[in-house]
Amino acid sequence: MLQLKMNKKTLNNLLKGMNIDRNVRLMEVCGTHTMAIARAGIKQLLPPNIELISGPGCPVCVTDQQDIEKILLLAQNPRVLITTFGDMLRVPGSTGSLQEMQAQGAGVRVVYSPLDAVNLARTNPRKEVVFLAVGFETTAPTVAVALEEAVKDNLNNFSIVCLHKLVIPALETLLLDPETDVHGFLLPGHVSSIIGTNPYDFIPRVYKRSCVVSGFEPGDILESIFLLIKQLKTGEHRVDNQYRRGVTKAGNKTAQQLMDKYFEPFKAHWRGLGEIDNSGLNLRTQYEKYNAFTKFEVDDIKFNLKPTGCICGQVLKGKRKTQDCPLFSKTCTPSSPVGPCMVSSEGTCAASFYYAGGEKVG
Amino acid sequence: MLQVFIMQGVKKLAEDKIMLAHGAGGLKTQRLIRQIFQKNLGNAYLQQELDAALIKFSSHKIALSTDSFVISPIFFPGGDIGKLAVCGTVNDLAVMGAKPLYLTLGLIIEEGLPLEELDSLMASLGNTAREAGVQIVAGDTKVVEHGACDKIFINTSGIGIVPPNIDLRPQKMSPGDKIIVSGPLGNHGIAILAAREGLDFKPPLASDCTYINYLADGLLSTGANIKCMRDPTRGGLATTLNELAAQAGLGIKLFEEELPIDPQVKGACSILGLDPLYLANEGKVVIVVGNKDAQMVLQELKKYKIGREASIVGEVTDAHPSKVVMETELGTVRVLHMLEGDPLPRIC
Repeated sequence: MLQLKMNKKTLNNLLKGMNIDRNVRLMEVCGTHTMAIARAGIKQLLPPNIELISGPGCPVCVTDQQDIEKILLLAQNPRVLITTFGDMLRVPGSTGSLQEMQAQGAGVRVVYSPLDAVNLARTNPRKEVVFLAVGFETTAPTVAVALEEAVKDNLNNFSIVCLHKLVIPALETLLLDPETDVHGFLLPGHVSSIIGTNPYDFIPRVYKRSCVVSGFEPGDILESIFLLIKQLKTGEHRVDNQYRRGVTKAGNKTAQQLMDKYFEPFKAHWRGLGEIDNSGLNLRTQYEKYNAFTKFEVDDIKFNLKPTGCICGQVLKGKRKTQDCPLFSKTCTPSSPVGPCMVSSEGTCAASFYYAGGEKVG
Repeated sequence: MLQVFIMQGVKKLAEDKIMLAHGAGGLKTQRLIRQIFQKNLGNAYLQQELDAALIKFSSHKIALSTDSFVISPIFFPGGDIGKLAVCGTVNDLAVMGAKPLYLTLGLIIEEGLPLEELDSLMASLGNTAREAGVQIVAGDTKVVEHGACDKIFINTSGIGIVPPNIDLRPQKMSPGDKIIVSGPLGNHGIAILAAREGLDFKPPLASDCTYINYLADGLLSTGANIKCMRDPTRGGLATTLNELAAQAGLGIKLFEEELPIDPQVKGACSILGLDPLYLANEGKVVIVVGNKDAQMVLQELKKYKIGREASIVGEVTDAHPSKVVMETELGTVRVLHMLEGDPLPRIC
């Protein structure tokens, strides 16, 4: 693993370079950044006029409640074995969570790779293995690889719930919203390793905001903030790449082609952000038989949900803070969550709960 | 055809059923212990909430402890459920300052377990007991139908004797005391996860499963002012320290730079989104010692193979009672809470 240890001198130089004579709001788009910032306590180091706000980059958090209800409905089918990354387990719906259903005997299994789900389908021919494909451009290629395997073996008992989201349309939606008060973006390193830095070029060009693609070690994040401030001080707007060890301008062509083979963009519904054109990935028509929602006929079901009082939507857009939510750390905690942002290990609310958002405590 | 389902908002997690998180060693486990076990079975010994009960017996105290082992897989890099069943109970006794002497062994076996595997587990269990200097003096075996348990579950109970001059309790902690850990953290937890999920790390990650009674005995023999010891198993170091802080009514400050963590464990944790401070250890001791004697304890630890990477990782403070706070490598501070449920891996 790459170690980026900061010595005190480098740290002080970076912090010195962050002196700027006005208030600055920077958005970290990715949930992994939110967690890393909170865990390392980076907000404790920053000058008070630099504010970091979290964006919509936690895949579990932006999953629409309608989709969560459908997944819970699927899990009730005794033939279905739901396979998922751990973060989806405790996301609550109107009938409980996958974890609760698992305790009552439903088929739910945590996997660490979509290929594990394909293997489960191979070894359990009498089960219908359904993989919950939740994630951004980082996860989508690995799901495409799993589909490639399923197609090769002509597996009929494997399908996916395709909830992939794309980062660029979400960013554009935020930028089009006049209420979005952000001077610069800390862009996601992992997603960028797939899509490259080119797709971000419109942000400085059209919207005059500064951008830095950042790695995930505390040192990476501090350097990226430093680079953002440097741009802002000189009034320049461009896309800097701090995460050169993982990200190129053009990205990973093989992964992009694989994604394109199986998926096509469609108008997806985001929790908190609503419907956004071309912001989600759907299976292409020729692979429709792998679509779990149509296979089990839950596609057309609509759930009339009572509001929970959770203000996740505002938090995901960077308009409100977790602490503004009346439920935060009272009725909504990681062990008994109301919204997914308190569940996911990349959720803003979980970050605030565990690490007080990285602000000073104790 | 459009179907419409009218639903409530979100349903909060049921509190009326046993969930896997009740066994993870964190808050839920603690609540279960207090609300079910303490309520129904509580007595002065159980209420001490220590790793082994201390029963006064003429001038000596007897330490008594029990532990059940349900680990999957039953064979893992660095050990197996047999070795673990001995080490788990021996270590619980040893951290109370007891010399472990006798163990009982309860086996619940699923029908269909190959005898060869049982034999190999018992060979490992027997060898570990001999090496640790304890005897298995009573046992019981039950076999249940296929599916009623997973291969084999083991319970061991153990008795040890505490010399009259030894009295280890978190209530003896005071501000300025040092916190020492005997070696790298998180190896057991990550090794089990890797083995269970078929995650292929090279070199493979091995559990730290071992008995620490000779090391504990050596530490106590130095005469150092040791306040208490714990073995940081489920819930990891962070959860163990939270328990100590709460029991002592004092705060604990940790220094991230001083924490011994193997680079492979760190790497695996960062891939899986886990925190080594919350992962189980099965051959480690946390020692709280008076400031003056900290170096002496550290030197003694380094004489043992399993203590070579021991480190002074923190101190006791009255600044933030019942809270564990870590100073990070950047010089910022972070509060370490008790484990909430099972640690979950992240998505991207």
